[in-house]
Amino acid sequence: MHLASFIVRRLLQLIPTLLFILIVVFVLVRLLPGDPASAILGDRALDADVERINRELGLDRSLPVQFAVFAKSVATGNLGNSIHLKLPVAELIAARLPITILLTVMAALIAVLFAVPLAFVAALRRGRAADSVVRGAFQVGLSMPVFYLGLILLTVFGARLGWFPVGGYGDGFLDHLYHLFLPALTLALSLSAILMRNLRAAIIGVIDAEYVQFARAKGLRPRLILSRHVLRNALISTVALFGLSIGTLLGGAVITETVFAIPGAGRLMVDSIYGRDYPVVQGLTIALAVLVSLTFLLTDLVQAWLDPRVAR
Amino acid sequence: MTQAPALEVRNLTTTFAGGRLTAVNDVSFTVLPGEVLGLVGESGSGKSVTLRSIMRLLPASGAVSGHVRWQGRDILTMSDADLRGVRGGQISMIFQEPMTALNPVLPVFTQIEENLKAHTDLDRAARAARARDLMDLVGIPDAARRLKEYPHQFSGGMRQRVMIAIALAGNPTLLLADEPTTALDVTIQDQILKLILDLRDELSMSVVLVTHDLGVVAATCDRIAVMYAGRIVETGTVRDVFAQPAHAYTRGLLGSVPHAGTERSMLLSIEGTPPPLDRIPAGCAFNPRCDFATGPCRARVPVLEDLAPGRSVACFNRTAVTAAGSPV
Repeated sequence: MHLASFIVRRLLQLIPTLLFILIVVFVLVRLLPGDPASAILGDRALDADVERINRELGLDRSLPVQFAVFAKSVATGNLGNSIHLKLPVAELIAARLPITILLTVMAALIAVLFAVPLAFVAALRRGRAADSVVRGAFQVGLSMPVFYLGLILLTVFGARLGWFPVGGYGDGFLDHLYHLFLPALTLALSLSAILMRNLRAAIIGVIDAEYVQFARAKGLRPRLILSRHVLRNALISTVALFGLSIGTLLGGAVITETVFAIPGAGRLMVDSIYGRDYPVVQGLTIALAVLVSLTFLLTDLVQAWLDPRVAR
Repeated sequence: MTQAPALEVRNLTTTFAGGRLTAVNDVSFTVLPGEVLGLVGESGSGKSVTLRSIMRLLPASGAVSGHVRWQGRDILTMSDADLRGVRGGQISMIFQEPMTALNPVLPVFTQIEENLKAHTDLDRAARAARARDLMDLVGIPDAARRLKEYPHQFSGGMRQRVMIAIALAGNPTLLLADEPTTALDVTIQDQILKLILDLRDELSMSVVLVTHDLGVVAATCDRIAVMYAGRIVETGTVRDVFAQPAHAYTRGLLGSVPHAGTERSMLLSIEGTPPPLDRIPAGCAFNPRCDFATGPCRARVPVLEDLAPGRSVACFNRTAVTAAGSPV
């Protein structure tokens, strides 16, 4: 079928993407100022010790050789060991990344739950009071920096009212959800503002379309017309935007995890960059890049499902 | 001859922008059972808005007044629930551009089936069978397979057939066709028109056919109503109106159609274009473009007057126009 060959084609396209990611990560890390040996040993390290560390880490070899070694080990799932924590990077990522993924998924869900109904309210009452209120409120959400919004939510709902914990991750899945709610909300607000605006415009573009008029002429119920004929067509562009926003959302997770003291991949990334922990930074970047690529793949599949013309 | 009309439109007036623009102005006509009525005019004459007003399918800025009598009730005042029963069930509508009127992301089957679900008591299996029958009825081969396909996988003519199949799903007794062949090749046009006529006979429907193409009217319609600037200016049987147009506008329209088999002559064309809605001239709206216009035409709006039963015209100089003869 169309869809099956589309999926295969899309999976094959992932290969060059991943190779490119590897190259970029490899180069970027080496362009960072400072070097791991002096970060480990401090400013007054002896040259001999620096050389020994570089040799241990393989940093004394030529760049192409370093890349070959790097690519081979990544391909076998070995991302090296953290310089500071002395743990396998893969293990670190396996422990921290799920927290970030959970945070991102929660934020995405909250964003969608806000955006879709409110986009309908705004679009169907275009130009009236409800539209202005919804759009005005979201404009505020959109223009506020994530860390500032996080601090406000933290102060009000965490510290002042005591409804939510002020930080940490908790124990057990439900406790995780409870701890992640405020940070997820923080992350979600700007995304839902973007999605709401896009979906509102898309709905307005679709609602006067001839096929919607035709659906009305068929005597269908308004609810069916909205869900089947309007929403589905309007979602096509919003889903694309949503997929593209996941990368931004992961970037926002770094800040949010810092504000809310959540031990996720974002925090790990920040700590590792400060500590020049190359293997961790590399491994995390690859993991996040793969995650984003898979999100794009998923987005494309959802789009192909929504719109059969995409999969041609 | 004194058959009760299937549809009776009385004093239909449609305005936009809070009443400042009048797209349809005091339009009245009837459609008899089994009859094909042609609603004719240039772009912007209000014929499509008339159709949509009958079905209350206007954007929020549009306001309709008058009466649309259908089976003893007035469509313009009935409840939304009753209206849903009429729309697609008793009265169906097909649109000009099947590419945009069919939902691009839904398979054809869904678009037929949702109509069956809304207007019949058929169960799932019966709806699937009926959908195949409808595809057969409108002449789409290989129905079972094509039902799974999407509109973009059909050719223009086949798409229009799909739209007709959807329109027929609720067993309507009146079909409103808004320029159903304008977007199609000429050869396909003929097939679609023939299909509509065959279906009219087979299913004993009435049809209101909106078109700007007098050739289409001549080939398909029983009666004709000519519209200009939102008003009906002339009505009658196609034979009478074509043989002896009594309104200068009708005469101009007829003169602008080329005819095969007759002696070569210059095509007449009507100078100028129809007025925009916000600048409709005083008096008869056609007077600035009219060769027959006289003083009264610029001062007063002519009303439709009966020339004979079923034949009426709104023109002060109809005697002069009639005397000038048909250009056909």
